[in-house]
Amino acid sequence: MSTHTPHPDLSPPITNVGVIGWMRTNLFSSWPNAILTIAAAFVIFATIPPLVEWAFIKADWVGDSRDACTSGGACWVFVGVRFNQFMYGLYPEAEYWRINLAAVLIVALMIPLFIKRFPWKLGLGLFILVGYPIIVFFLFSGGIFGLEYVETSRWGGLTLTLVLASVGMAASFPLGILLALGRRSTMPIVKSVSVVFIEFWRGVPLITVLFMSSVMLPLFLPEGTHFDKLLRAMIGIALFQSAYMAEVVRGGLQAIPKGQYEAAQALGLSFWKSMGLIILPQALKLVIPGIVNTFIALFKDTTLVLIIGLFDMLAMIEAALADPNWLGYAIEGLTFAAFVYWIFCFSMSRYSMALERKLHTGHAR
Amino acid sequence: MAPQNTPTSTASKAPLWRQPAFRAALFQILLVLGILAFGYYLLTNTLTNMERRGITTGFGFLSNEAGFGILKSLIPYDETHTYGRTFLVGLLNTLLVAGLGIFFATFIGFFVGVARLSHNWLVARLATIYIETFRNIPLLLQIMFWYFAVLRPLPHPRQSINVGDAVFLNNRGLFVPEPIAEQGFWLVGVALLIAIVAVVIVARWAHRRQEETGQQFPTASVGLGLILGLPLLTYWLIGSPMHLEYPVLGGFNFSGGMEVIPELAALVLALSIYTGAFIAEAVRSGIMSVTHGQTEAAYALGLKPRVTLKLVIIPQAMRVIIPQLTSQYLNLTKNSSLATAIGYPDLVNVFAGTTLNQTGQAVEVIAMTMGVYLSISLLISMFMNWYNKRKMLVER
Repeated sequence: MSTHTPHPDLSPPITNVGVIGWMRTNLFSSWPNAILTIAAAFVIFATIPPLVEWAFIKADWVGDSRDACTSGGACWVFVGVRFNQFMYGLYPEAEYWRINLAAVLIVALMIPLFIKRFPWKLGLGLFILVGYPIIVFFLFSGGIFGLEYVETSRWGGLTLTLVLASVGMAASFPLGILLALGRRSTMPIVKSVSVVFIEFWRGVPLITVLFMSSVMLPLFLPEGTHFDKLLRAMIGIALFQSAYMAEVVRGGLQAIPKGQYEAAQALGLSFWKSMGLIILPQALKLVIPGIVNTFIALFKDTTLVLIIGLFDMLAMIEAALADPNWLGYAIEGLTFAAFVYWIFCFSMSRYSMALERKLHTGHAR
Repeated sequence: MAPQNTPTSTASKAPLWRQPAFRAALFQILLVLGILAFGYYLLTNTLTNMERRGITTGFGFLSNEAGFGILKSLIPYDETHTYGRTFLVGLLNTLLVAGLGIFFATFIGFFVGVARLSHNWLVARLATIYIETFRNIPLLLQIMFWYFAVLRPLPHPRQSINVGDAVFLNNRGLFVPEPIAEQGFWLVGVALLIAIVAVVIVARWAHRRQEETGQQFPTASVGLGLILGLPLLTYWLIGSPMHLEYPVLGGFNFSGGMEVIPELAALVLALSIYTGAFIAEAVRSGIMSVTHGQTEAAYALGLKPRVTLKLVIIPQAMRVIIPQLTSQYLNLTKNSSLATAIGYPDLVNVFAGTTLNQTGQAVEVIAMTMGVYLSISLLISMFMNWYNKRKMLVER
């Protein structure tokens, strides 16, 4: 008795698998698609090779004056010579170690937060939010423990950008939560005060807020009060961003089903307990992307302080462009700045995506 | 139910300070008192400070002579005009930037948003790179890049980049031929107006007929034909009453033609590229919010792909896109105030900058500037609420 042995399967046509198959489905599936592909490829070939040649192949990397830039490509020497100023602003050079120390400290403090089984996460987190800023403030401004006093007008560069951004984040987050709760409140006056506050700050551009904080705050305060310029900018940024934060948090609060509120009440929890233990943990988790987007917007908005005369990184670069020894290197300077800002913003957005996936418990299909 | 079980009677058993109603009232009274006290404190401080500095309050300064020139103005302006006029000049310049920015950003945004969802791998990747690059770089930096790194280093007027002896690009700006209307050109405008009214009427009629009978009418192509065709026909019939004025090099700069100053060009470029990336994301999320089941259901009903797109997908996607789009338009308008960093004479630069510095009327000037932006955003959010009510899904 002969058994039936099926003929071995024919391999799929060469045009449907492998590189050719992939290209046929993804690049050349139809005539219009093929034309699009060719157009896109043309765009890539017209931009990428000259860009790489300018930024890497023909670029000058080492040197200490513009005479070193002879190859015709990018002159990164400009960025190299000015690098310390871009990072530390006008901070006295002998005191750079303080800023470096603060940077090392925050990295060291953050590492345990990423270790899954680290036991004192909450305490450490609170220390980072409350204790660390105090340490950094005294470290940067000095005046005690024999540290030289450095006034805030000498803070600058990327350091100032990061200080502004982190203070803005730390201040706008709790304020935003309070405003969001106020807007959802059943008390009519609390509600209308929150609505007016939020809509006012959301309706005006940040520049006018900064102008207001630098021109009008001195008028608002009693005669002779000295108010630090940096602090004024920080207050403006924090108030402005808290309104945006409030709207993001409100979105999360609205998404929590009414049953959760009722269940918390039925358990006899007070308002603050039911918010803190039941509602906010769920609501904030829902709006992580929105919160991180607000943080990214805040980080980008810190550049606006250059208009009221603070020297953040972009302002340092703008000042460097006006240096008569280095005229004509605007592209290099601004490209470097764009790269630094891009790294920060892009990694924040990627981190939020990862966090979102990690916290996505339940409801996932 | 027995009366002693009603909530009011149980509540009255608790001490006064434990009753929610009492606590709410107390808290709100305290809040109002706090705000009033704070406001009074600010007001008295401001008044004493202003008195000490010899600043007179009020808007009288608006009718004083300004005495400074403005780089670019849409309405006639010179040093002898008033501060009130500078406000108007700044406002118009802001609206010009915002209008141009919105136009280009919408165009870029829809194009890139659709490209990102393309089945073409290369096109989708390019769109993603575009979005991720420009969204993550501060707008101010982009404005400065276009201005200081691209437009300022362009050659001098004598070595202009010359396109067909009609378009010139140099470090003073972009010069293009300007169409000059001759006598009778207003008839073309009237024709355009008639065409628009006709299109609205046709669209309404077509919509009603479709609701009643199901018959479709090619509204889009007929509308386009009317809007383009009628003015062109009029233009041709009354003998082409328009000529082009070409820019001519004279002395150190070009004269004649239309001039786009580099400040305006940098601002519009940066604003539309930056906002375009955000609009692209809005468009993508809108299209993706329409589930595939909708398309399948439409096909199952026998609708053709084009009709499905027009009647099923786009209306539902627009419900998600429009709110995000308006908020991006609002952002763009507010961001146009960054003009002040490169010296484009917008509202903030001219009014909250020069006028404030010259007059010292900080409170009035800042209040007027903020008032303009606030009214724009309140108007837009009123439109948004109206739109949301109209388009909201009616759920059962």
